[in-house]
Amino acid sequence: MTDFLGIYFPEFFYVLCGLVCFDTAFRARKNRTAKVGTILFWTLTGIIFMLGKVLPPVAVGAMLVVMGCLTVTKQVRIGKFVESTPKFRKAASERIGTKIFLPAISVGVIALILSFVKYNVENDGVVTPTALNGAIMTGVACVVALILAFVICKPKVSETREDTSRLLMQVGAACLLPQLLGALGSVFSEAGVGEVISGMISSVVPQGNIVIGVIIYVFGMVVFTMIMGNAFAAFTVITAGIGVPFVISQGGNPAIIGALGMTAGYCGTLMTPMAANFNIVPCAVLETRDPKWSVIKAQVPMALMMIVVHVILMLVLGF
Amino acid sequence: MEYIKLIGILIIVLGFALKLDVLAVVLVAGIVTGLVSGLDFVHILEIIGQSFVNNRLMSIFLIIFPVIAIIERYGMKERAAYLIGKIKNASAGKVLTIWIVIRSIASALNIRIGGHVQFIRPLILPMTSAAAEASKGSKLTEDEEERVKGLSAATENFGNFFAQNCFPASASVVLIQSGLALAGYEVTLSDIASSSIYVMIISIILTIIQVLLFDRKVKGGKRS
Repeated sequence: MTDFLGIYFPEFFYVLCGLVCFDTAFRARKNRTAKVGTILFWTLTGIIFMLGKVLPPVAVGAMLVVMGCLTVTKQVRIGKFVESTPKFRKAASERIGTKIFLPAISVGVIALILSFVKYNVENDGVVTPTALNGAIMTGVACVVALILAFVICKPKVSETREDTSRLLMQVGAACLLPQLLGALGSVFSEAGVGEVISGMISSVVPQGNIVIGVIIYVFGMVVFTMIMGNAFAAFTVITAGIGVPFVISQGGNPAIIGALGMTAGYCGTLMTPMAANFNIVPCAVLETRDPKWSVIKAQVPMALMMIVVHVILMLVLGF
Repeated sequence: MEYIKLIGILIIVLGFALKLDVLAVVLVAGIVTGLVSGLDFVHILEIIGQSFVNNRLMSIFLIIFPVIAIIERYGMKERAAYLIGKIKNASAGKVLTIWIVIRSIASALNIRIGGHVQFIRPLILPMTSAAAEASKGSKLTEDEEERVKGLSAATENFGNFFAQNCFPASASVVLIQSGLALAGYEVTLSDIASSSIYVMIISIILTIIQVLLFDRKVKGGKRS
């Protein structure tokens, strides 16, 4: 049972993700331009989702390189689709009414309920309650929502497949970017990029001045998070390299400095395209005109103000 | 020369700045960084492949696409616009103010409400954009539409980021604790969580100011 919930059941939902990709690959056969490349791209994506757990990692890496070659040579394109007309949508919305919100709301509500479910994992005789895998929470919620949507709207399967393929093609390669940037982070840490940067910063900063220490720590978190796209990765490196010697060891309260250090990193997350899942995927999902910077533009004023807030809070609360 | 390891960062910055193909830029950055640091090519592919598969959860949102496909075709945006239109004095700023408060509290309690794919596209954006039109009294221009999209997505990030550390068992609070422990400082999870409340409150206030300023801009656009 434990193996089932921890290992096999999550895979079921990745298989469903794979099917969505395969269906898009199948739809790509109707593409006028870049037919072969688009089919290949979505087929490979589907294979990685479906069989990721059993494929040798080096094969996945090689498939990603092939996919990179396809996108860089513009061989992955959006096909032509017939969208629903405003007249059709208006008539449908009048017929179905407010019930149309049920599927969308159920995604959140079901995931919420499932997040409270705990099951016992036994490890060397010690039983620990464990939360469900994130894939199960989202997956179950989406499947239930899909059933509800079918019951409420009674759509044709063919048109739903068309619309789904259109959505996926519009988001395109951006949907893989968060995962790929995570992989880049792994290469960076294996190569020791973090150590080089923290060594660089600590060699130019004078020790002994609290204000300068705090400013450098906050900016270090911001800049390093922008580079790595991930405040978690930045926190470990920058706190050990700058936070401890320049701020905490000068009398700062570790809990407050640590907490503020992490959220200072989030200010960096708001300003970097490296944090693709927060800043670039939303552009694709919301179909903004500018595919990279629309969300970041809306976030920069907030991020800059919050950086100042962090410096002040650290000095006022931390000492 | 240790600094040569930073070449990956340079590739990313240049690649993003020159608007080159992102997938290829990231792959090249990873492979080049690995090679100059003395890793062999097969090992680099292994690291990339393994980490990519381990991060599949980030892309699990793909399976919600069929749901969005159906509810959009059957008029959910139109319904949201209709309902918002019935509320007097609705505006984009007010919708987003309500959203940032709900989102922040949920995030602080570790309640899973949110997500650009799950919440913003199907629910928050249609309501915000309908409310903006209602307060303006006419269709939004393309620029305003773009701003509404940016703000809706940004509000989701603000609430998510700045409130999550108020929950003592959240992944980031645990990471802060273990990071400090490595450096020799023992602190409790609740100490860290309670230190995070200030940032949450300030971020909510700043968000509300930002969205209400946008309201004024939209209404100002009506006169000109």
